[in-house]
Amino acid sequence: MILKNPQAVDEAALPVLPIQEFRSTVLRAVLEGARLSAFFGRFINGKVKLYALLAHDETGECTAIATIVQDAYPSLTPECPQAQGFEREVAEQFAIRAEGHPWLKPVRSHRSPYPFFQVTGEETHEVAVGPVHAGIIEPGHFRFHCQGERILHLEIQLGYQHRGVEQLLAGSPAKRMPILAESIAGDTVIGHGLAFCEAMETLGGCQISPRAQALRGVALELERLANHAGDLGALGTDVGFLPAAAYFGRLRGEFLNLLMELTGSRYGRSFLRPGGVSYDLSETQRTDFEQRLARAQKELQTFARMLFDTPSVIDRFEGTGIVTRQVSEALGFVGSVARACGSHRDVRHDHPSGIYQFSHLPMMTADTGDVHARALVRWLEAERSLVFLREQLTSLPEGELHMPCSPMMPNRVAFSMVEGWRGEIVHVAITDAQGSIARYKVIDPSFHNWMGLAMAVRNGEISDFPLCNKSFNLSYAGHDL
Amino acid sequence: MLKILATRVEQGCRTLPFPSALATLPERFRGRPTLDHSKCPDGCQACADACPVQALQAGGAMQLDLGRCLFCRDCLDACPEGAIAYTRDYRLASTKRQDLVLQGDEVPRVHALDQKMRKLFGRSLKLREVCAGSCNGCEMELQALNNVVFDLGRFGVQFVASPRHADGLIVTGPVTENMRVALLNTYEAIPSPKLVIAVGACAISGGPFRDSAQVRNGVEGLLPVDLYLPGCPPHPLTLLDGLLRLLGRIEDQTAVNYPRSD
Ligand code: SF4
Repeated sequence: MILKNPQAVDEAALPVLPIQEFRSTVLRAVLEGARLSAFFGRFINGKVKLYALLAHDETGECTAIATIVQDAYPSLTPECPQAQGFEREVAEQFAIRAEGHPWLKPVRSHRSPYPFFQVTGEETHEVAVGPVHAGIIEPGHFRFHCQGERILHLEIQLGYQHRGVEQLLAGSPAKRMPILAESIAGDTVIGHGLAFCEAMETLGGCQISPRAQALRGVALELERLANHAGDLGALGTDVGFLPAAAYFGRLRGEFLNLLMELTGSRYGRSFLRPGGVSYDLSETQRTDFEQRLARAQKELQTFARMLFDTPSVIDRFEGTGIVTRQVSEALGFVGSVARACGSHRDVRHDHPSGIYQFSHLPMMTADTGDVHARALVRWLEAERSLVFLREQLTSLPEGELHMPCSPMMPNRVAFSMVEGWRGEIVHVAITDAQGSIARYKVIDPSFHNWMGLAMAVRNGEISDFPLCNKSFNLSYAGHDL
Repeated sequence: MLKILATRVEQGCRTLPFPSALATLPERFRGRPTLDHSKCPDGCQACADACPVQALQAGGAMQLDLGRCLFCRDCLDACPEGAIAYTRDYRLASTKRQDLVLQGDEVPRVHALDQKMRKLFGRSLKLREVCAGSCNGCEMELQALNNVVFDLGRFGVQFVASPRHADGLIVTGPVTENMRVALLNTYEAIPSPKLVIAVGACAISGGPFRDSAQVRNGVEGLLPVDLYLPGCPPHPLTLLDGLLRLLGRIEDQTAVNYPRSD
C-alpha cells in the first residue's frame, strides 16, 4: 500500500501477508534502495501483528505491510542489518523470537544480565563505563573490547532511561499526550511534538493553516540551529579549543532565547498542539527576529571559520571515527550522521510535509564519514536553516493559529515522519474500534544511529571516544523511551 | 591566532550581572504562576480538569503544586475568568516540599543552610549530577549554567565527575526502575555531610511520566531532599537563584513585582 507522509489509512486496507512473503517483500524493497523506517508489533487476539514501514526516498513514497506471527519467525537481520534493533525490540516486547538473528540482545530491559560479547586472547581486555558518566549527561553503559590500545568493538547497553513512553501514550487522556510527546527527548521537543501533531491531525482529519505550518517550520529550524551550534561548541571543547566552546555555547543560547520569545519556553514546550500552534509571531517580534537572525548568521560564519580554520582542530577531526557509506546504508543510519557518510536522506527533502512542501531546503552531505564530516554537515545545515528562517520571516502567510480537530477515526493506522535535528523521527498511531489509541510507536533517530557510534570507534583508541561520541550526540531518552 | 583574538574582543563580556541586577525575561516566559481564587465561580473545576498532571486543586481552596506543574498553560487557557496567570518571576526554588504548593501570589521560600554548612559549602560547593530518566531537558539547563552567560563557576559552585569529590547530588528524572540502584549507589559514594537537590518536575513528582510502571514518581521517599528546583525544565536562572539562596548568597527574599506574562 503506497502512502505519503503523513497519512492515516484504514487498518483493514493494509495488506497482511504470510510471513515468508512479508519477509521477501521487505528484503526486496531494501535491496532496491528502500529503508526500513519502522518495524514493530502489536498484540491481536493472542498473536502478534508485525508492521513494516518502508521509505522510498527517491520517489517520496512509503509502503506499509503487515504479517501475523506466533512465537517465532525467520529473522530479517542476516540479510537486512537495518532490522537488527527493531527485531530485538519486538523480541523484548512480545516474546517473539527472530530466529537466526545474530545478536538477539535486550534493547531496554534490565531483567536479566546483559549478554555481553567476550573477546579472549593475548592482550585483550575490557573497559566498562557507566551508567553514570563523568559529565552532566544521560546514563548508558559502554563496554570497550580492546586488544592493546585498539578497540575491537564497543558494546552499548542502554535502557536506563526507559520510562514507558509508548505505553503511556497509548493509555493516557488526550490532554496528557502532547506533553508526553514533547518529553520523549528534551532536546527534540519540536521534532517529536510535530511528529505527534501530524499523526493526530491525519487521524482527526484536520487541515492546519499555512501560517501555523510556517510557524512550525520556524520552530523546528530554531531547534536544529540551537542543537547544531551547541554541538559545534562541544566538539571544540572535546579537542581543547575553548574559544569555539564559549562562542558557540552562547550562540546556542541565542537560538534558544528566540524560541522562548516565540513559545515562552527555551525548548518550545507547549507550542505545538494538534490543530496548530499556540502563539503567533507579532510584527514587532518579526522585525526583532530578522535582526537577531542576521546577526546570528554573521556570528555563525565567524565562529565556524575560526573552528574549521584551526589546524590543530582539523588534525583531530579528520580521519577520526570513520563510518563508510556502505555501513551507513546497510545499517540504515539517518540524519546528519548518514549525510556525513554520503547517504542522501532528509525527510524535509524526500518526504516533505507542512511548510517543507512549499519551501525547499537543499540537502547537505559530506563523504568522509569522520568527525570532520559530521561537524561540517552541522555547520552547512545550520547555514541553510538560517536562510530558510529569514525567507519565512519575510513572507509569513496569513491564517488561523488553530483549527479544530475531529475525534480520531477508528481502526486507522496513521504515521508521520519529521526531520528532527538528529534525523528522521517516525511516529505511528493505531486506533481501535472506539477511536482510542491502541498502539503508539515512536522511533527516534538515535534508535538507528547508536550502532553507528559502535562502528565509528572500531580500530580506534578509547581516547578518541569522547570526540566520536560528541560528533554523534545521540539521545538516550529518545532511544530508551 | 589573530582571528581568535579579534573575535574575543568583538564578543566582549557576555556574563549576566546576576544577582546584583535582576534579569528580565521575554514577555511570553512562563514563570511563577499566581492564583486569584476570588475570581473562581462556584463549583468551577475547569483548570483542574484541564491539567495533564493533576497539579491543581480548584474550588474553595485553590492550590497549585509547583512540584508537579509543567508550565504548560493548559489551565490558563481553560479558565474563563483569568484566575491563573504566569508572572515572569523565575524564583521557584524551595527547601520544603509543602512550600511548593501555592495558594496565591507567594514566592516559595528557601531557607539558607545553617552556619556550619555554610562554612563548609558557602564558597565552594561541588556537585555530582545523576540523570535518572529525564528527557535531557534538565541536563541541558544544568549544562547551560556553565556557559559564559550564567557562569556558575564564579560562585564557587562546580559540577564534578566523581561522587567521591562531591558535596552533593543533583537528581533529574522520575527515577526509572533501571536507574534506581545506580542513583542510590552514587548517593552512598558521596561523603557526608551531603546535600540532595531535586531538579525538575520529574525528580520532584514524576513529571509527565507520573504513575508509569517503569518509574518511581521522583526521589521522594528515596533520598532526603535539601532543595527543590521546579520547572519543566527549570530556566537556568531558576537554578542559579535557588542555589545561591540555599548558600545564603542572595539574602533578599522579598517579592519583587514581576510583570505578568500575556
Ligand atoms: S500550567 Fe501547571 S498547573 Fe497549569 S495545567 Fe499545566 S501543569 Fe497543570
